[in-house]
Amino acid sequence: MEHTDTAEPSRRDFLYIATGAVGAVGAGALAWPFIHQMNPDASALALASIEVDVSAVEVGQSITVTWRGKPVFIRQRTEKEIAEATEVPIADLPDQFARNANLEDGADASDANRATTGKEAWLVMVGVCTHLGCVPLGEAGEYGGWFCPCHGSHYDTAGRIRKGPAPENMLVPPYKFSSDDVVVIG
Amino acid sequence: MAGHSTYEPQNAGAKWLERRLPVLSLVHGSFVAFPTPKNLNYWWTFGGIAFFVLVVQLITGIVLVMHYTPNDALAFASVEHIMRDVNYGWLMRYLHSNGASMFFFAVYIHIFRGMYYGSYKEPREIAWILGVLLFFLMVLTAFMGYVLPWGQMSLWGATVITNLFSAVPVVGEAITTWLWGGFAVGNPTLNRFFSLHYLLPFVILGVVMLHIWAFHVAGNNNPVGVDPKSDKDTVPFHPYYTLKDLFAIVVFMILFSWFVFYLPNYLGHADNYIPANPMVTPAHIVPEWFLLPFYAILRAITFDIGPIPSKLGGVIAMGGAIAILFVLPWLDTSKVRSANYRPVYRFFFWLFFFTTIMLGWLGSKPAEQPYIAWIQFFTVLYFAHFLIVLPVLGLIETPRKVPDSINDAVLGKSSDAA
Ligand code: HEM
Ligand code: FES
Repeated sequence: MEHTDTAEPSRRDFLYIATGAVGAVGAGALAWPFIHQMNPDASALALASIEVDVSAVEVGQSITVTWRGKPVFIRQRTEKEIAEATEVPIADLPDQFARNANLEDGADASDANRATTGKEAWLVMVGVCTHLGCVPLGEAGEYGGWFCPCHGSHYDTAGRIRKGPAPENMLVPPYKFSSDDVVVIG
Repeated sequence: MAGHSTYEPQNAGAKWLERRLPVLSLVHGSFVAFPTPKNLNYWWTFGGIAFFVLVVQLITGIVLVMHYTPNDALAFASVEHIMRDVNYGWLMRYLHSNGASMFFFAVYIHIFRGMYYGSYKEPREIAWILGVLLFFLMVLTAFMGYVLPWGQMSLWGATVITNLFSAVPVVGEAITTWLWGGFAVGNPTLNRFFSLHYLLPFVILGVVMLHIWAFHVAGNNNPVGVDPKSDKDTVPFHPYYTLKDLFAIVVFMILFSWFVFYLPNYLGHADNYIPANPMVTPAHIVPEWFLLPFYAILRAITFDIGPIPSKLGGVIAMGGAIAILFVLPWLDTSKVRSANYRPVYRFFFWLFFFTTIMLGWLGSKPAEQPYIAWIQFFTVLYFAHFLIVLPVLGLIETPRKVPDSINDAVLGKSSDAA
């Protein structure tokens, strides 16, 4: 490459670099379809919302339904469970955010913010441990809520993380009661 | 794979080929005439054993694919079909599932051999690094293979491990969604794991070639740890080590067969004979035995470290446990290779060995006290071995006198014969 012997960059140097740069951009652009093909496809994204009839769920009972391929817990809590969850000062919680898709991002993790107004007894949440994704067991653990057997995370009766490796409260999905007995999730 | 060949093509065909593609002389130089230290013990046969098991995995795997169906609705049934209907299907599958365990067993011995005899030291660093890379690729391959039968452990093992990436700040969730091709482990995940499980063993095969090339440039290390100085120190690879390796492989096949024919499910988990159910997690998720020490380290970090939340901390610790092996050649400051001449190192080597065994055992235990405390204790020992013991020991330890040559050691001329 004799032309590089001269101190001044030549027209040819410029062309080499410009060609290389365009080539790199092209290769990058071509890589994207190969990466993006792995993201959820159209059929996975077309997630219909689901309607669940909860009339048969008595106080102290739970059901598990499937939404987006994940379990969603729907529980009608007892007075005692609600009282226990309400008594805990927010400052004592490892995760102080509500993690409720129906509220503002910064909402605090009070029991009321985990449930929905007028329906405080009902807890609707994605039954996936925020540690590494196992499905926790109900009415278990040191706080009488949920216990994740995978690596020992304890959730309270409002589904908030209290002890163990999970970093966040279990997620409350977008949902609303369309009537007294029907929950629409998604 | 180095220029040791004295190969002279004998017949016309070989001559013709040799002038056009000198592959015969390459093989001759690498695996026939290759000068090999004459004092290699049986710990040196585990590389050949590992290669043998890799070939077993390739052959049985290709056969399994002829009958397996990578679809979440059909995968479990297709594995049962292999077990019950396909002629000798049970044998192919048991060879493959136990073969994975045998592969790791052989490679773990191979790695500890390297650590004991200082085989990672100058000038064999690249061979060592490629070896750690091979181990990492094996972990990936075995993990994805375990997902294929689509039982409960397949699904939940995949869920827990892929969720590790959700610990990455900011982009964590985007990464897991991308890995899954959905919002949870499902059919898209199974399909891509199948594709990669087929691909990676061939990548492993390629890296094995580089690995062999790398240690053939420097020549093999040996139990004395001094390089060969004359022809008296070496013997040709064939027939001395071809036959020694072959003998070791045959003995190893007895162990392998014992599992395949008498304890085919001993190393597996009964829950994997339950079809995958995304709504219920088994009470106790454990990875396969060969990943247990790393699984234990993942669970050691139960507390936040400054700005690093415990979840990310666990992932960093687990990744670090493998990553630290890459830099081992630079952490060990001693010039003496073989632990035979390093009495203090020898003690710490066995302590390290014990540490990994204990971590493996603890990794199979539920996430409760006192196990957590013990895991934390042994995790500290694991990292201390690399970060404190090895750097410091090389500076303060007085090694015993190393023999002048392999020949001297073999003939007992040094008082400290290997
Ligand atoms: C590095 C070498 C390999 C390792 C460590 C490995 C490991 C594994 C493991 C642990 C399983 C799960 C076994 C079970 O519990 O049933 C598995 C399954 C499977 N592997 Fe491999 N494998 C390797 C190479 C291959 C190759 C080269 C192929 C195909 C060309 C292959 C095809 C399969 C298939 C189809 C299954 C599902 C059937 C079954 O579960 O038995 N494997 N592999
Ligand atoms: S997945 Fe729940 S504690 Fe780890």
